[in-house]
This record gives sequence, structure tokens and C-alpha cells, in this order.
Amino acid sequence: MKFLEQKAKEIFARYGIPVPRGVVASRAEEIADPPLPCMVKAQVLVGGRGKAGGIRPANSLEEARAVARQILGMNIGGYTVKQVYLEERLDVENELYLSYSIDRTAREALLMSTPMGGVEIEALPREKIFMGCVPVLIGPQPYLWRSLLKKLSLPKDIGEQVVDIARKAYDLFRKEDAELVEINPLIVTKNRRVIAGDAKLVIDDNAEYRHPEYANLDQDRTPLEQEAHEKGIAFIQLDGNIGVIANGAGLTMATLDVLNLKGGRGGTFLDLGGTDDPGKVAEAFEILLKAKPAAILLNIFGGITKADTVAVGVKQALEVMHANVPVVARIKGVNEDKAKQILRDIGMYPAETIEQAAELAVKVSHGGA
Amino acid sequence: MLDFGTKVVAGVTPGKGGQKVEGVPVFDAVDEAVRHKRVNASIVFVPAAFAKDAVIEAVEAGIRLIAVITERIPFHDALEFQPYARSRAVTVIGPNCPGLASPGQAKMGIMPNHIFRPGDVGVISRSGTLTYEIVNAISEAGFGESTCIGIGGDPIIGTNMVEALALFQRDRSTKKIVVVGEIGGTAEEDAAAFIAKNVTKPVVAYVAGRTAPPGKRMGHAGAIIQGGKGTAESKVRAFNDAGVRVAQYPVEVASLLAAT
Repeated sequence: MKFLEQKAKEIFARYGIPVPRGVVASRAEEIADPPLPCMVKAQVLVGGRGKAGGIRPANSLEEARAVARQILGMNIGGYTVKQVYLEERLDVENELYLSYSIDRTAREALLMSTPMGGVEIEALPREKIFMGCVPVLIGPQPYLWRSLLKKLSLPKDIGEQVVDIARKAYDLFRKEDAELVEINPLIVTKNRRVIAGDAKLVIDDNAEYRHPEYANLDQDRTPLEQEAHEKGIAFIQLDGNIGVIANGAGLTMATLDVLNLKGGRGGTFLDLGGTDDPGKVAEAFEILLKAKPAAILLNIFGGITKADTVAVGVKQALEVMHANVPVVARIKGVNEDKAKQILRDIGMYPAETIEQAAELAVKVSHGGA
Repeated sequence: MLDFGTKVVAGVTPGKGGQKVEGVPVFDAVDEAVRHKRVNASIVFVPAAFAKDAVIEAVEAGIRLIAVITERIPFHDALEFQPYARSRAVTVIGPNCPGLASPGQAKMGIMPNHIFRPGDVGVISRSGTLTYEIVNAISEAGFGESTCIGIGGDPIIGTNMVEALALFQRDRSTKKIVVVGEIGGTAEEDAAAFIAKNVTKPVVAYVAGRTAPPGKRMGHAGAIIQGGKGTAESKVRAFNDAGVRVAQYPVEVASLLAAT
């Protein structure tokens, strides 16, 4: 679950991390009292907003409205700007970076920081970045802050503020089940205050049940992905024209890859999971059909999955949706032969292997068979 | 599991103690089961919200090997129970995995029995059904498996690819190794570096997600390309540099094995 800057800053503030004053607006007319002089910032979930013209200054209410009018509706990295955040402009002395993420190898939290903030962390040489692992069972110990301060080599009063923010950000990282808490830039102002200039927050989707207050706040899904999410279906829209549905994430990815090797492009990633309930299969197919694929490639490797009930689900969905999209299906599992017959009876295309199925899907997506 | 030959001696479900399932007694708590039966391994199937509890309970009861099948466990729970289990020298497999199986001996997990054949190929995989697909191809090509470990599709797993490789390198019944990776993280790159240095047995790999777009979580919590890291290209390159042949198609793993 990714959060827009404004929402992330609201959460940061709850943990006592200093953030600039600001107001949010989705229409220029609703801007009444921005903290002038201000920065008008596009609220989208991608980096590079500044370069794209999505962050601009304004000195008066009129100017703020005019700038907001220009930014709202802009397309930045595939996202349409629906909100702007008008924030007090800071006198920047220096820009730092601070983040917490997960270190998969160490199985610990990872604190990263650098005095060279304001740019993408990936673009910096490794030796410029402080990296410190935190065993979450014990939490950060004082040595971590000492090493951090040594690496950043900041004046004492500023260093103390950075450590205070680092402590609070860790508290947030743990309590909010975050995958990523990133402050870039962490601004040092000319009057020696340390403030979060930007805020990036990603919360673990698997922990959604512990944070009902964030339900449906995710802005990173297409409407169809949101619909699928609400139905508990693992679904991603891609830019190809062949709808791909399989059971298991790895197999779905592999099916998309095979399709690509055979000259096709996947339009969906749909992981059916372990179900062979015809109702669930039909529900998944309904989502898939709404993505308007030119053909559908179904790949099921079942252990105990009943192939014929999956086929019944496919049949039901096509009937309910009055769809005449060609479906190529490779189903391994109990009652395979019955499944093939059901599919043949409704004019669909059974296949033996993923490779065959992918080739056939490419062919039928062009109208051939 | 019973059909596969696993000696399932007890089940644990709070409140269901005293019942029997397929002739196997059910207990209310792990320590009760351990008091009554000789137990050295445990499989966790409980829902995600209770998985941490179940793992810690098993560790405290003295169990040495725990396979966690459950998917969608919060990362922060895994950040707690994984290091805890390790600190007690307990081996955890998973979570978000199909478990592990040694054909002819035992299975802990949910892999379909019929795809396996006893043999000398060790399989390590981050996936579930894709593992079945590949194991099936290996068996159909006339090979068989020594052990298949589904290490899990989560970012924080108990036994990682390098650790599983080290086990297979030591295992005398394993002659060849198959690694099934996917996008996200650096497990495959780490594995490639480890293979180049420490593995003398032939290794064949497959990497899923060559066409996955960056920034999208492809079903598995761990399968995401972030900040340019975790791409399939990087993993395939790392394997190739380590002398590991990488199959383009899942079933091609079998023919690459034949060529080693």
C-alpha cells in the first residue's frame, strides 16, 4: 500500500516527525489560505515530479491557484494529478536522506542515510551511504545513532534532531507495518531546523488487517485492479492484449514469459490461487473479461485441483458475460480429459503444454485458429 | 503426507484436543503433542494472523524443523519469528511455500505426490505451482528428485537459496541441483556468487518474471522489481557468469539437466 506525500506526512506528524505546514486541494477554487510563500506539489505515486513540472513555487493566493490549475490534471509518469499539496516554502541549507526498509538477507530492518539527499539513493556511490541493520526483536541501540552521526558528520544541534527523527521513523516503521519509510530530502533549514521535505510510505499489504483505517487508501491500483483486490483476487493489468490467468504467482509469471517468447504480450497477471470452485473461477474470469483481452490464456497445473470444475467455471463466466473471446486452456489435474471436452464443446481451445497454449493464444488473438 | 510416507504423529488445533483425523490424534497445544509423541518437525498451516504465534509455540516446544506453508504473513511478524527461531538453532522453511519433500521418504507440505520420483536431483524453488511444473518435467524426463525444497515467495524466509544450496552440496544423495528463482531481491545473485565459489555439483536454473513490469508486486510478496533491483536479466546474467545454465522455458530445465 503506497501513500501520497500528503497522507504520509499526516502519519509522520502523528509520530512527531517534523513536517512543513500544508493544505491539500483537488480543485484550484478550493484553495483559500495556503501557507505563503508556498510550493505547489503534484500528489502522485511516482518520483521525478519536480523534473516533470509537478512542483512549483507560488507567492500569492492568486498565483497558487493559477499554478494549481496547471498542475491538476497533468500526467506524470502515467499518473493523472488529482490533488495538489500546498506547502510552506523552506529556506534550505542542506538536504539529507533517511530511510528504513527491509534487509532480506539479514532478516532485519535496514536504516540508510546520507548527507547527499535530494537525489535518488540508487544513484549514489555505496560509500556515501550509511547502512545500519536493526534486529527488530531488540530494536535500535545507541551505537547505531553514534555510527550514524559519525558518518553524517553534522553539527551537534542538527545531529540531535536527525537522531530524534530516526528514532521516531523507526517507531513508525514498526508500528505501521511499513515496508518503506523514506524521507528524501530531509531538509536542514537556514535557521537550523530539520524537517521532512518529502515523505514516502509503503505499508505491507499483508498487514492491512491490522490497519483498517487505511483500507482502500491505495492509489496505485487501476479501477479494475481495485475491484479485483476487493474480491480477494491477485490481479495486475499489463500492457499486452492477451489475458493470462494461471494458478500460483510463479506459474503465472512463467506463463507470461512463455507467451512473450512465442511473440505474444500479456495483458493481465491473474493468479487464481488454489481454487477449483467454479464460482471463484467465474468471478476471476469476469475481472479478466473486463480488461477486454483479444484472447485468454489459461494455465493450470493442479495437484488436487479438479480440471473439469475449472472448465465449468470458464464456461459459466463466458455465458454470463456473453463473451466470445477465444480461450486457450492448458489444464493439468484431476479429470483433465473431461475438462478438455467441456472446453471443446463451447468452441474453446484445449492445449497440452504451456508452449503450445502460448502459440495458440497468439494465433487466436490475431483471429486465426 | 500420510500417503507419501510421512510419519504424521500429531495435529494441533486449540480447542480440538482429543479428536482424531485419519487416525492421527489432535492436541490443544504443541507442548502437549511433544509430551505424548516423538516429534522432530512441525508444519504450520494456520492463518496468517496466527502464524507467528504458531512458530514461536513450536520453537518453545523444542521442535527443530518448522515448515511454514501459510501465505500473506505480515513482514514484520517474519522479522520477529525468523531471527528468534535462528537464535534457537531451529530451521524454518518458508513462509509462503509448498513445503519440502524427499520422494520415498517423507513430505512436509502440500506438493502433489504424483509428480515425484526418487532420484538424485535437488530442487530449490521460490514458487509453488511452478515448482510442480518443473518437478513434473524432471520426473517425466526420466530423472528423479532427492529432495525438493520450496523456500517460499516472501521477502523474509527462514532458509534462503544460499543455505539450501549449501545443504544440497553436502547431501550425498544429491548429484545435480535445480534452482527456480524469480524477480525481486538478490537471492539469485547471492546464490550465483555462492555457486561459483562453493558448489561443485552441476546447477541448472530457471528465473520467472522476465516480462514483469517494474514496481508491481507479481503475486508473491517478494516478487517485485524496486529501484532497478531484482530484475530477471540481472539474475540470469549472474547465473550465466557463475557457469549456471538458465532455461528459457520451465520444462527446458529437464533437457539442460540431461546436458550436464
